[in-house]
This record gives sequence, C-alpha cells and structure tokens, in this order.
Amino acid sequence: MGKASAPKLPGVVKGLGVTLKTMTRTVFPARGIKTLIPAPSKGAVTVQYPHEKETPPNRSRGVIALKEDNCTVCMLCARSCPDWCIYIEGHKDTAPPRRPGGKPRTVNKLDRFDIDYALCMYCGICVEVCPFDALFWSPEYEYSELRLADLLHDKERLGEWMQAVPDFEPYEAGSEQKPRKVPR
Amino acid sequence: MSTLTTLAADIELAWWQQTTLRSLGVMIAVLIPAGTLVYVFLFKMMSFMQSRLGPMEAGPYGSLQLLAEVGKFIQKEDIIPWRADRKLFAFAPYVVIASVFMIYLVVPFGPDAYFVDFDTGIFWALAVSSVSVLGILIAGWSSANKYSLLGGLRAAGQLIAYELPMVLAVVGVVIQAGTLNMQGIVAAQAEGEIFGFGGIGNPFVLTQGIGFLIFLIAMQAELTQTPFDMPIAESELVSGYMTEYSGLRFLLFFIGEFASAGAFAAVAATLFLGGWAIPGVDLDADWMNVVGPLVLVAKMMLVAFLVFWVRFTYPRFREDQLQQLAWKILIPLSLVNILATMALKVAF
Repeated sequence: MGKASAPKLPGVVKGLGVTLKTMTRTVFPARGIKTLIPAPSKGAVTVQYPHEKETPPNRSRGVIALKEDNCTVCMLCARSCPDWCIYIEGHKDTAPPRRPGGKPRTVNKLDRFDIDYALCMYCGICVEVCPFDALFWSPEYEYSELRLADLLHDKERLGEWMQAVPDFEPYEAGSEQKPRKVPR
Repeated sequence: MSTLTTLAADIELAWWQQTTLRSLGVMIAVLIPAGTLVYVFLFKMMSFMQSRLGPMEAGPYGSLQLLAEVGKFIQKEDIIPWRADRKLFAFAPYVVIASVFMIYLVVPFGPDAYFVDFDTGIFWALAVSSVSVLGILIAGWSSANKYSLLGGLRAAGQLIAYELPMVLAVVGVVIQAGTLNMQGIVAAQAEGEIFGFGGIGNPFVLTQGIGFLIFLIAMQAELTQTPFDMPIAESELVSGYMTEYSGLRFLLFFIGEFASAGAFAAVAATLFLGGWAIPGVDLDADWMNVVGPLVLVAKMMLVAFLVFWVRFTYPRFREDQLQQLAWKILIPLSLVNILATMALKVAF
C-alpha cells in the first residue's frame, strides 16, 4: 500500500513541464524574432466562432438538404423517420410526353416538404432510404432560430442547402455500393 | 499605521468612520486579489495550459468576464433545500468568507500599511484560517444531503491533517526570525545576511526551502485545490459541501476559495519571500507604503502561480493517499526541519 501510494518524482516534475510548455507554446506561438510577442489567438486551437468560421470536415452531417427535382413524393422518408419530423404533401399532375406523339405522363408533384429540425435527431435514415437521391447531407450548420417553431424549414430552405453539398466522392476501393448520382 | 493614523488625527475621524474605512480597505484587499487570481489564473492561464483561449468576449480579452459571472450569480434563485437547517445553511458561507477576511487583517503591506499589527500575527493568521473548516462543516451538515455531508467530513479530515504540517513549517520560520510578528518576520528577512552578504537580504525560502515546500503543499490542501480536491470532487461528490448552494451563497463560497488562495499566497510571500520589503531599501521609508503593496502583490502572484500551476497539472489524490502524504511524509519532514533549524539557530 505504501509502495503504491508514493508518487514518483520524475513523472511529477515532467507533468509540470508539460503544462508549462503547452502554456508557453500557446502564448508565444511564433518562432524566430517574433517569439517574444504574445499571440494566444494564433497559438490556441480555439476557433473564435462568430468572428471566424471553421470549415466543416469532409462528408460532415450538418443538415439535410432536398433536391426537389428528384423527389417523387414516395413518402419513404416520411415513413421511415423515427420521430415523424418530415411533412410531405403532393398532388398528381401531368407532364408532357417524353417522345413526340406519346401519351402525357402522370407525375407526382411536390407541394410541401418540411423538416422540423426541432424534432430531427440527425439519424440520416431518410437520406439512406431515399431511392431517388433527393435527400443529401449538407455541411451547412448555421440555421438556429430564436423561436422553436421557426425550426420547421420548408422545401425552399432545404433546397438552398443543396448549394453546399459537395460533389460525390468515389467510395474507397473494395466498396461494393453503387455510386450515388451527383447532387447537381 | 502612522501615516494613516496621523492623517486620521489631522481630520479627526470618528471611531466608526475609521472602522468603516478599514473595513472598506479589507474588502478591497480581499476582493481585488481574488478577482485577479480568478481572471489571470483560472480563466486565462488554465486555458493556455490546455491550448485554449478562455473568455474572449466580455471586455478586451474577456477581462470583464468576472463581472458578468457575478451578475449572473446574483440573479440566480437562492434555493434552500426543504430539509436543510435553514439558519445554519444561510450562515455557513459567511463563516468561510469571514475567516479569509481575518487572515488579511494581519498581512503587512508596508511599514505603516497594515490593518492590525499583532505581536503574534502569524499565530492569528494560522488560527483564523482554520475557522473556514467550521464553515465548511456547517455547510456540509446543514444541507441535508449525503454528498454535502461526505464532502464536509472529507474537508474537515483533510484540513485538520494539513493544518499540522503547515503550522510546523511556519515554526521553522518563526524560530529563524525569532518573532511571531509579521512585520518582525519581514524585517528579519530584509535585514538578514547570507554568510555576511546582505545584498538580497535573507528571504527564508533559501534557508527554509523544505519549509516553503511543505507550506506550499499544505496550502494547496488547505485551499482544496486540485490534487487535494477530494472534498469537492465534482465527479463523485457533485461539488461536496457546495452541492446544495446556489446563487449568491455559492458565489460567496467561490470568492472565499479564491480570496483564501490570495490570503495564503500573501502569507507565504511574507513568510518565505521577504514580504513587502525590497532588500537594501530603508524599511521605514514613507514611499514604501506605496511600493510595498505592489511588491507584496507581485510576490503573491508568484506563489499563486505555483499553486494554480500545480492545480492544472495533477489529477486528484485518493483519500488514503492524501492522508498518508500528510501524516507519513509531511509531518515527519517538518519535524526534522524544525529540529535542524533549532540546531543551526543554536550553532550560529
């Protein structure tokens, strides 16, 4: 018991050295002639968020964006959503025929596509389940609101977030998944 | 307090006016160092040691953050648990903070700049510093919460254990200085000589190095700063005796913690680093009443830096390790230190 409790001096001193070194590196990050000018905002890893912004890492899951043209109002996403935060409404519409002389096609037209981000838990099941590649993970993260009710974002807002969706990056070698369609 | 008393005699302040002025003086002497310690060490140095920036928004480099924090605490609801002993619960923080105020009473800031000059000043300082244990025990007991009670008892056990090495470390200084008076200890260091060389006086950290080390460790424990923060261990006791406190009363405990860090740092600076005196400067010079406090504060910050550096470096001791360190290492070591000091005092 006595043996285990006796602190080893070298480690104790080393610990003090580590904290002191980190402090001096943070306060005096520059090398060479500028060493003595304290510049903690350069030395620290902190990003001063509202003043400077951090670039989100690759494939970061900030918010769910909607590519409206791909949506067929199939409701798979709304039905798979664990907390029912997706609201979809649509109606049947006719579209011009594909070939001249053909029959006008019947399509589902999207009227409303809202995601309530006060409820959404960012599980991403809707993105996974969408068979037509209409939903994407977007790296946007600045969409907080002052009122809870304002977190219900409509399809126009979800469409704006498509701008930030990065182009498809090929999967790693050996992956058998089929490549997704490009977001744009 | 000749300058101030002559000043007081000139304008003939009534006794209550003098008392009010002195109380204000103690308030300033307690609160300003406490605030400085919190900002410089707790907010900034700790952040830099963790490669962070700390508060940056309130005021330039976050320097007004503390005012914001105080404003926040004052606004908060003052919650008293239903089963708590209401009177004792409300009273406990004031006991803790009063003990800090009383330590500052005897710390000299200059030849005439002191609040009270007791003949047994250091004895007073050590005695009143242990009053805070009572406040902590009262807080722990009256909260009607098992975490608070455990924290309070741990605090009592720890503070009693480390009171001893601290007092014994001070005894070495007292033997060497030949006085219990704080001014006498400062004078003994300023007028001391090292092998006939009096250029830097004789700050007792040189001759009482072991005593200084013991005092620092015991001080860390008395302040319940991190390697010794078993009483407030937030991960197992949810802040120990402070668990049930909120708002202004929590703020009082918080101020008490850092003000007593400042008080102990001032006592340590006076005992071991030469106090307010500058070696080679006339001890009775009037302008030392202005420069002296600055010198003392600089030395205080140095001691506080050591305290907080250790705080931000080490993880917490286990309860048995903590007690073993006090009873098996520090107390025997300080007894040996006293014996050695006695022998050398007789020899020279």
